Amino acid sequence: MNLELLIDRFQKKDVSAYEKLYNMYCDSISGVVHTIVKNDNVAQEITQDVFIKAWNKSESYSSKKGRFFTWILNIARNAAIDYTRSKKFKQSKQNLNADFFVDILETSRNLDSETDAIGLKEFVTKLGDKCKAIIELLYFKGFTQKEASEQLEIPIGTIKTRNRTCIGELRTMLQV
Amino acid sequence: MNTKEYIASGILELYIAGALSEKENEEVYAAIQKNPELLEEVESIEKAILQLTAAAKKDNTYSFNAIADKLLVQEPKVIPISKPKTNWSLLSGWAAAVIFGSALIYTVIQNSNLKTQIAAEKQQLEEQIDKASNSLAETEKLIEIFRDKNIISVPLAGQKVSPTSYAKVYWDKKTNSIYLDAKGLPEPPKGKVYQVWSLKLSPLTPTSLGTLDTFTADANKIFTITNANESEAFGITLEPAGGSVSPNLEQLYTLGAVAS
Repeated sequence: MNLELLIDRFQKKDVSAYEKLYNMYCDSISGVVHTIVKNDNVAQEITQDVFIKAWNKSESYSSKKGRFFTWILNIARNAAIDYTRSKKFKQSKQNLNADFFVDILETSRNLDSETDAIGLKEFVTKLGDKCKAIIELLYFKGFTQKEASEQLEIPIGTIKTRNRTCIGELRTMLQV
Repeated sequence: MNTKEYIASGILELYIAGALSEKENEEVYAAIQKNPELLEEVESIEKAILQLTAAAKKDNTYSFNAIADKLLVQEPKVIPISKPKTNWSLLSGWAAAVIFGSALIYTVIQNSNLKTQIAAEKQQLEEQIDKASNSLAETEKLIEIFRDKNIISVPLAGQKVSPTSYAKVYWDKKTNSIYLDAKGLPEPPKGKVYQVWSLKLSPLTPTSLGTLDTFTADANKIFTITNANESEAFGITLEPAGGSVSPNLEQLYTLGAVAS
């Protein structure tokens, strides 16, 4: 079914339409949340909260403001980052060791998409550290160009083009 | 900037990341709407990012069923907040209280006004009753006198000066009193006064019984006069104020002889 139509039905509180959207984005959202909170149970809880939140504020989405995926990605990143600022998260911090999403990929125990994950891991590890870092900040952490340029200590104008190159490499590997 | 350059700028990758400003997002959206090539590029980038991010998930895919129940449960929770209802029962309660209160105050004021009015009326009525009982007592006394068989009734007829005049004397010999009913006499002219006379007929000897000084003021025109004479007739003349020693017979208004 057409994405626009699904979104329209979702905004009219059509649960079956929302289920389709959920299945399209749930893995990505939980992947982003997991990369930020680095805890399986918490990631599941936050991911579910994100989709409930999106449902309850469905009327606030407008395609003029961006892609539906980007909208829900923003909700997810904000929810996960809020959690990392909580007391609960700070107490469990000693268990953390993975820093990059790449490390998450390496330790993934996902059975369903094992093949994909292994394949992707191989692709991602082929990406340069510079690409890993910029993808991590822009897509997983939700940094702005300015924030990313400060974090990586590179000129703001370079962010856009370097990211373009990195995503280009990724697309070549994924053949999309 | 042509389509190729626009794609090459890397703005579409940032668009998916959500790293653009609100204004830039709207510009990209407008550009995509105009150019299907851009939409295709955006969808490809999104697909790559979806795969990349999905690979970072730890567990099996979370089931939609886990949240489906919550969606339906949470929905009614949201609705009442967005629907502020007017509490009609509360409003009508207050309205009723205001109306009732005003009515009560109005009633209290009316009641106090009525009480004042009633007090005034009561006093007036008491005065009237007092007067009435006084005049009743007087009337009863007169009736008693007139019915007394020992009282001699003497009608006085009108004379030449005033033929339509008349009067009546009730003579109680036991108490030496006469009760003169002078209702049939005209109002005396200013400076004049009626004078009552006891008469002996042969020879004609008038004895003054006094003047009716209160004639105009007296309501029932009944006058009580002392008379110890052996009267044979009674007459009333009009005299100058203060009265005269002997009657002016030209101004004789009424005259009547005592029946023997």
